[in-house]
Amino acid sequence: MSAIDIEQNNQVLTAADGTPLRTALARATRRAKWRAFGLVLPLLLFVIVTFAVPIGQMLVNSFHNTAFSDNMPTLSAYLSENDISGVPDEAAFEALVTDLRLARENKTIGKVATRMNYEFSGSRSQFTGAARKAKKLEPPYKEALIKLDKDWEDPLLWNIMKRAANPVGASFYLAALDMEYDETGSIVRVPEKSRVYVPLFIRTLLLSGLIAGICLILAFPVAHLLATLPLRYSNLLMIFVLLPFWTSLLVRTTSWITLLQSQGVFNDLLVASGVINDDGRFQLMYNQAGTIIAMTHILLPFMVLPMYSVMKTIPPTYVRAARSLGASSWTAFWKVYFPQTIPGIGAGILLVFILAVGYYITPALVGGSSGQLISNEIARHMLSSLNWSLAAALGSVLLFIIILLYWLYDRLIGIDNMKLG
Amino acid sequence: MSIDNPMVRFDNVQKSYDGKTLVVKNLDVDIAQGEFLTMLGPSGSGKTTSLMMLAGFEPATHGEIYLNGKPINNVPPNKRGIGMVFQNYALFPHMTVAENLAFPLKVRNVSASEADEKVKRILELVELPEFGSRRPAQLSGGQQQRVAVARALVFEPQLVLMDEPLGALDKQLREQMQYEIKHIHENLGVTVVYVTHDQSEALTMSDRIAVFEDGVIQQLSSPNELYEKPQNSFVAQFIGENNRINGQIDSIEGSTCTVQLDSGERVTADKVVEGDVGTRTTLSIRPERIELDPVAGSVPVTIPGKIEELIYLGDHIRVRMSVAGTSEFIVKVRNRTGRKNLEAGQQTTVGWSPEDCRALDEISA
Repeated sequence: MSAIDIEQNNQVLTAADGTPLRTALARATRRAKWRAFGLVLPLLLFVIVTFAVPIGQMLVNSFHNTAFSDNMPTLSAYLSENDISGVPDEAAFEALVTDLRLARENKTIGKVATRMNYEFSGSRSQFTGAARKAKKLEPPYKEALIKLDKDWEDPLLWNIMKRAANPVGASFYLAALDMEYDETGSIVRVPEKSRVYVPLFIRTLLLSGLIAGICLILAFPVAHLLATLPLRYSNLLMIFVLLPFWTSLLVRTTSWITLLQSQGVFNDLLVASGVINDDGRFQLMYNQAGTIIAMTHILLPFMVLPMYSVMKTIPPTYVRAARSLGASSWTAFWKVYFPQTIPGIGAGILLVFILAVGYYITPALVGGSSGQLISNEIARHMLSSLNWSLAAALGSVLLFIIILLYWLYDRLIGIDNMKLG
Repeated sequence: MSIDNPMVRFDNVQKSYDGKTLVVKNLDVDIAQGEFLTMLGPSGSGKTTSLMMLAGFEPATHGEIYLNGKPINNVPPNKRGIGMVFQNYALFPHMTVAENLAFPLKVRNVSASEADEKVKRILELVELPEFGSRRPAQLSGGQQQRVAVARALVFEPQLVLMDEPLGALDKQLREQMQYEIKHIHENLGVTVVYVTHDQSEALTMSDRIAVFEDGVIQQLSSPNELYEKPQNSFVAQFIGENNRINGQIDSIEGSTCTVQLDSGERVTADKVVEGDVGTRTTLSIRPERIELDPVAGSVPVTIPGKIEELIYLGDHIRVRMSVAGTSEFIVKVRNRTGRKNLEAGQQTTVGWSPEDCRALDEISA
């Protein structure tokens, strides 16, 4: 092949008017692409505004808190410029008093006090009190403040203020994982009796796993029936499965309370029929049992539906073929039918588990104290303790755990194996 | 018809799904060792139900099925030791071809090395030696078909059932597979019960064919007897093409009879239908047995007819004629040199031998 031949073969193909074919094709499809994009644009904007932005903001909140650095500017500047360890000298206290006066004037001392109180309990009154009296304080400020409250010479407090001076920090993540900085600034676990969140995370994951497991056991035969029954029976059954979907969450949950509370229908029936005596009533509400029962009921359809849609596509001849080849009914089920339902099982478990991990209303209503999940704690920090940064950190940890599990699932089963319908 | 030591015996078997109608009525069939028996019939005729009862997937409502002389009504399908090829192959999609083939061996606790050996041998038999590690979805329809056959044979059953196994293949592949299945049957000597609604498939492959209609076997005989000597009008019509002329038996002479056609002519025919003089009958004549415009005296029966339409089909010409009151009378004329020139509208005669004309039960035109 000569050089000229090669050059001709490599020549860019052109459309009839001489423009390169690739350009001509792009031009021809551009309109259609823009039109298609225009159609999805409203949804895209909606998702960005209502989903991507809030999540981003939450993530930022979890490590970025300006309550101290904005309202105590002089002290923050001093603390970040000077490397102090332990209790600093007079200069720092002078900056502190300046800022306390300023915060008192701007009425922002509450924010500062709340922020410090997250990490140093009891410091709220210490700050508000000092701010109230700051105007009348005389130098040397160090002695004056320590005279007001001995905690001002606590090196731990100064460590905390030093970190709070920088709006970016991991202290909320540490709190979310039941850890803190000690006097020397190294990371340690909090005392055992005040560890709250890690046990709660573990409980949330365990309960969600348990609920997903119960859902799987309950849903498998139902989904199989749905997929194999004649149409008129399976339609009726499908309505029963979907009924919980169509009922208000609150109605369902309160019905469970009516049924299962210790003075409820279920216990009354058992007592009346003599199975248990009046003192032996089962505690099925306001504890973990309540959370498990009510959430299993609510999440069951999310397990049934993906399994049903997968089982629907498995022809009965597979099991027949296995039987004719000599497999017992159990072997035919376990080696032939069951492996083919795994995409549905995977989808169902993932769906139920992730929904359960973030469930909030049901455990709040029927969980009592032992049935609370991490989302209830997040809600508490959002709504009543107003420690949004900690709520955001807890939420971020939860998000991270779920992404990790999702990744694990993808590695083990493969996400493209999943079938939702 | 009874056979000594049949492999399979259906003894007065009945099947009903709804308790109101019988899908299979009084089925009595003996299937000999090594036989290739085809159950042929239109859909809903009971052939697949009969096969499913034999496989053990449907219980018989009444009667008993025997396998090697033992009643098997209460034997579950996995204990029957019958190989089966399903309509859509039913190859397990989550297993490789080799795993599919090893499945029946594994459940029988055959050792891994022996199973490997058997899988290798059967893959060679179906000419797919390199395909063991593929998944069924990666095979073409014909290859899947072969794997399905191999899987039904790999555990060396004496009896193999096939439920319309070639239905999903295109025509050419289907014909090729017919020969392959036939050869496997001959080489291995297994007994095959084959279900199909395709009559040419049945004729090609079978030792005997059972023609099902309405839950009853209409005729059970060899392919050529089925074609040459249909016992009733349904079989004559279902197997191959035939011309039907209605008439009434006028006189009976031993095994033949003279029939007065509704159009007035009198013809001689083989008497198959039961009954005396005066019985209504339908005459059945194969289109290729009819001679168009025969030389006088060369065939015993001649009646006049008119050519309505000519259809050129290459090796033969299909001539549609009006004969004895029907305008759907078909004659096949071989396309050979020197054949007479035919034209639509031509008045001519048709003729045939009495042994090619069978007087069957009447079906109203």
